[in-house]
Amino acid sequence: MTVVVRTVARIIAPMILAFGGYVIMHGHLTPGGGFQGGAVAASALALLAISFGFGRWKGIKAPLSFLEDLGALAFVALGFLGIGYTFFRNVLAASGGLFGAPVPPGPNPGLLETGGTLPLMNWAVGLKVIAGLGSVVLLLGLFGGEDDR
Amino acid sequence: MKWVRVGALLLVVGLLFGAAAWMRPFGRPSLAEMDAYFIQKAQAEAGANNVVTSVVFDYRGFDTLGEATVLFCAVVGVALVLRRVLR
Amino acid sequence: MIGNLPFVVCMILVGLGLWTLLSRRNLIKLAIGITLIESGVNLFLVALGYVERGVAPIYTYAPPRAKMVLPTPQALTLTSIVIGLATTALMLAFAVVIYRHRGTLDARKIRELRG
Repeated sequence: MTVVVRTVARIIAPMILAFGGYVIMHGHLTPGGGFQGGAVAASALALLAISFGFGRWKGIKAPLSFLEDLGALAFVALGFLGIGYTFFRNVLAASGGLFGAPVPPGPNPGLLETGGTLPLMNWAVGLKVIAGLGSVVLLLGLFGGEDDR
Repeated sequence: MKWVRVGALLLVVGLLFGAAAWMRPFGRPSLAEMDAYFIQKAQAEAGANNVVTSVVFDYRGFDTLGEATVLFCAVVGVALVLRRVLR
Repeated sequence: MIGNLPFVVCMILVGLGLWTLLSRRNLIKLAIGITLIESGVNLFLVALGYVERGVAPIYTYAPPRAKMVLPTPQALTLTSIVIGLATTALMLAFAVVIYRHRGTLDARKIRELRG
């Protein structure tokens, strides 16, 4: 792509990645969550891949597949965390530990350290969606061949 | 042959429009007891302000596990179909 | 009738998708038609869960004592969106491979099992 597109992509891509991370991190407080934030962050990857050419990003495929496996395994492990009661039981909620602060009932400003396993699952699914969508876009672009116009 | 196709399409779309127009009124859903339970208890049980997230990851977490599996299978399928670039 | 306008709009989307599927032969356009049907169904699911004068089911800075729309249809729509994305990715990958092997995207021409 032209130098204008490359410059704008270089400026905007970190902002899109940061916004995706925000949407994932506040998934239990504000609209959003793992899937939505992952899609936002994967769009940053697609922007970078299109503006700088797909061939340059060939080496990122192995880390992306590692991230995808890591997200899936973390999600299943978090599901097994509550196997003492039942699968996907939220054992961390309101326990006082990690992400276990009690929630004030009714409308409130929102505390980040609430939610139990929900924020961790949001991160697992977010990593999974970033890696999955990014690798799909990268594979389709790499198969199409270099067309650097 | 083409007119048969257009007629069948018009019939199906007409049935869809009729069903949508004579459905129960917009804004008054039936059978909302389960959702009322979620809205009331999600803050105490799942500890999250976002009720949709607590339904996705807590009350219906098994559903989300299947969804993640579908996504994983789709990525693996794309990688298999386009395996020429993987080498 | 006029109160059900959101449902009718969803059905318009589904009808447009069906028309695309029946009248076009390009594989990419068929994928676009399937995506239109998915969008119509997703909008229909979200519209089913709307409660009159309801707010989004999120307690962060929610107006006090407001009615909330049903959360379960929204959660299931999230599932549906992700699955639709997976099927779209697979369809596009197959279209790319078919174009590479046959040199055409016409569904009429690649129907014969040869080669």
